[in-house]
Amino acid sequence: MSTVNLFTDGEPIRDTKAPEGPVEQRWDKRRFGGKLVNPANRRKLSVIVVGTGLAGGSAAATLGELGYHVKSFCYQDSPRRAHSIAAQGGINAAKNYRNDGDSIQRLFYDTVKGGDYRSRESNVYRLAQVSVEIIDQCVAQGVPFAREYGGLLDTRSFGGVQVSRTFYARGQTGQQLLLGAYQALERQVAAGTVEMFTRHEMLELIIVDGAARGIVARDMVTGEIETHTADAVVLASGGYGNVFFLSTNAKGCNVTATWRAHRKGALFANPCYTQIHPTCIPQSGDHQSKLTLMSESLRNDGRVWVPVAKGDKRDPREIPEDERDYYLERIYPSFGNLVPRDIASRAAKNVCDEGRGVGPGGLGVYLDFADAIQRLGRKAVADKYGNLFEMYERITGEDPFEVPMRIYPAVHYTMGGLWVDYDLQSTIPGLFVIGEANFSDHGANRLGASALMQGLADGYFVLPNTISDYLAKGPFPKVGDDHEAVVEARESVTGRIERLLSIDGDRTPDSFHRELGALMWEYCGMERTDEGLRKAIDRIRELREEFWTRVKVPGENEELNQALEKAGRIADFFELAELMCIDALHRTESCGGHFRAESQTPDGEALRDDEHFAYVAAWEYTGDAPVLHKENLEYENVKMVQRSYK
Amino acid sequence: MKLTLKIWRQKNADDPGRMVPYELDDVSPDMSFLEMLDVLNERLIVEGEDPVAFDHDCREGICGMCSLVIDGTPHGPQQATTTCQLHMRHFKDGDVITIEPWRAAAFPVIKDLVVDRSAFDRIIQAGGYVSAPTGSAPEAASIPVPQADAHAAFDAATCIGCGACVAACPNASAMLFTAAKITHLGLMPQGQPERYGRVTAMVAQMDAEGFGGCTNTGECTAVCPKGIPFETISRLNADLLKATRKAS
Ligand SMILES: Cc1cc2nc3c(=O)[nH]c(=O)nc-3n(C[C@H](O)[C@H](O)[C@H](O)COP(=O)(O)OP(=O)(O)OC[C@H]3O[C@@H](n4cnc5c(N)ncnc54)[C@H](O)[C@@H]3O)c2cc1C
Ligand code: FES
Repeated sequence: MSTVNLFTDGEPIRDTKAPEGPVEQRWDKRRFGGKLVNPANRRKLSVIVVGTGLAGGSAAATLGELGYHVKSFCYQDSPRRAHSIAAQGGINAAKNYRNDGDSIQRLFYDTVKGGDYRSRESNVYRLAQVSVEIIDQCVAQGVPFAREYGGLLDTRSFGGVQVSRTFYARGQTGQQLLLGAYQALERQVAAGTVEMFTRHEMLELIIVDGAARGIVARDMVTGEIETHTADAVVLASGGYGNVFFLSTNAKGCNVTATWRAHRKGALFANPCYTQIHPTCIPQSGDHQSKLTLMSESLRNDGRVWVPVAKGDKRDPREIPEDERDYYLERIYPSFGNLVPRDIASRAAKNVCDEGRGVGPGGLGVYLDFADAIQRLGRKAVADKYGNLFEMYERITGEDPFEVPMRIYPAVHYTMGGLWVDYDLQSTIPGLFVIGEANFSDHGANRLGASALMQGLADGYFVLPNTISDYLAKGPFPKVGDDHEAVVEARESVTGRIERLLSIDGDRTPDSFHRELGALMWEYCGMERTDEGLRKAIDRIRELREEFWTRVKVPGENEELNQALEKAGRIADFFELAELMCIDALHRTESCGGHFRAESQTPDGEALRDDEHFAYVAAWEYTGDAPVLHKENLEYENVKMVQRSYK
Repeated sequence: MKLTLKIWRQKNADDPGRMVPYELDDVSPDMSFLEMLDVLNERLIVEGEDPVAFDHDCREGICGMCSLVIDGTPHGPQQATTTCQLHMRHFKDGDVITIEPWRAAAFPVIKDLVVDRSAFDRIIQAGGYVSAPTGSAPEAASIPVPQADAHAAFDAATCIGCGACVAACPNASAMLFTAAKITHLGLMPQGQPERYGRVTAMVAQMDAEGFGGCTNTGECTAVCPKGIPFETISRLNADLLKATRKAS
């Protein structure tokens, strides 16, 4: 088993961009301190944006409006299909329209606390500040948010907070926000400021003289390997939850863009912080290709329970009240069904481990709307959750108005990502990382409705301001297609593709992906142990070897080849998986989405270790054992306490 | 279940293409339609054959990437359901299922079941937006929207841009897609300043892309996985008429 030299310690790392002084003044100060680019010079500067989700779509549109020359990339056939489209529940903003005590300070505090004190104060404070502008912006674009009778914006409380600050558009908030950003993007395409490259996959980063200057992308229709150069590169390529094979992410979500940048020198922060969402539809069989999330807003009105007795196979409707265990309400009386995601997920795992789970394989718990239907009436429940109920019925064949839903936790979001400073710049100059692809705002656990907020904050408001400080140093010397670094990057991509196509083994790419995913879920999922993680690392290495000798990728490069696309992504997932396990192994505390069995309180709650682990773990790629750089986290405005939701 | 699949195979845009039969055993009723195709593709790869190319991503009925004409109906037999959300419990042992791509001049086939829908993006580029540059927005609460309008706008805005409406229409018209956006933005106060210019430009782009005209057959709404109402088309026509009058 792996014991020695899994990693080595390196120099500490620090964010040098956030100004000193009171946290509420830092964003103003930074914007004032950063250099600006004269409007006439902007069109001479080019920016590549990889990804068209909330982060990338909003960034590309805004940079285009500012007058930069933007090249925007996505792997789908249209930018409107980025995975952000699937977000259901809502987006937070500290508007305090409800007069229920919300404020920027409270949103900041909730996010730091919810993140289990592993995020950076300056970034989170800025996020809370910018949140109010996001709602204004989206409303101005015509996003059809839910409204009260009087025509004003409606809000709800969501996922572990006690104020009502979540704006929503029925159960399709991500769709409506993304369409707003997409339309703004298409407006810029028409205006000629943004060049759009759909069905293009970034496969390598081009670095010239130490700075990010372009990407290598494959045209997924013709197979052509193209190089694109620019003055700066922005990665907005989303999260890496698909390393688990089964997750709520879209099938194409991948780590390739950020992993390739990591291999070229960008530090990867906190890779082990994975969010496991408590309310997903349980797996129905081995054919399962993805898991579907049921918005957590359902927990506002649904009650979670399992039978008191082990192995109780009765129809749930026949189980009397006193033989049901509403375990969240029982264990966490003050938050009840609304405890944060990490806590709700682990509690579900615990009752299933006790043998009290329901549905196929005993891997499920009930989410019951009977009380809500009685209290509010069927119509009110249908108005709020209608499309979610339909979605559930379509997948399971069961009607939640009649039978309680069955839910189980599933991988949903990754808090880890490329390390960035306050300007959202990675450790590679000129490489900026926004949205889920970076690590910055959610610490060890993300609160509900805050990913949409972060994606749009980064894309509309933060990056367009901070990137100018970098671009003001330009225009940089032109990089031709024949530049040594460009040629080398292109050749490494073609070499890898040729290798994948030539193995001609006997196993499909998906079969490896499934096996890797199962391994990660078992050992690097909801609960991690020293022993399990070491086992996983050994097994990942073996499996990776097997992949490179036995994978079968049919067809050729010069065509639409979906097996080839998959194989390339899986190859990168293998490398990421190992780093995730190393990160999880070295962090012997429990915090947020990372629960180490060895570190718990006497009553089984996560036990953080602030003395040893109040830092961001930023990993450097070496090709061998990675190097750990620590960024110390200091809290001046929030006092660190053990989270308690009891 | 045992099934026979007849699938459209076409190597690339230049290949004439043909239907190819495949036998599949052991299909579970809990599988989704795309999971059933995954099973077939896994087998084809191991057998050294080219797997069937089809578009998909979210697999939860929201991204609009999946397509497929199943037994002659876009997105298959279940109403208000995308192909990725269609489950095999709606089929039975021994069924013969035909699977074809969207067919429309404006959606050329790229490979097998994958088509090029970029014409939709260009229709949006023509005017499917509100010009509100980042930073210029007024305070959100200063623009009240009557709840009924917000509801109706939302219903139209749920269009996922999959193109089933075009595939179902005997004229391959993109009217429902275009009308959904016209309706969404036309019902919101934010959409008013550009309302008539928008409809003129989007309809012109729709025509330029080679989509056919609308003859009110209603096939589009019948297959729309999001149930975009047919009235949106009347709304578009009314706006277009006003726009033409204004122009003349
Ligand atoms: C089912 C579901 C529901 C959710 N609900 C909520 C919610 O209610 N509230 C909330 O706040 N958050 C929610 N989240 C989380 C949130 O949706 C995501 O974190 C967020 O949308 C990510 O946005 P993004 O712009 O960073 O990336 P994405 O939207 O994932 O976009 C990634 C983009 O990168 C492109 N891309 C990726 N790799 C490459 C490559 N190699 N080459 C070229 N292009 C590439 C893709 O084409 C895509 O355009 C939900 C997530 C899921 C899965
Ligand atoms: S795959 Fe996204 S709608 Fe079907």
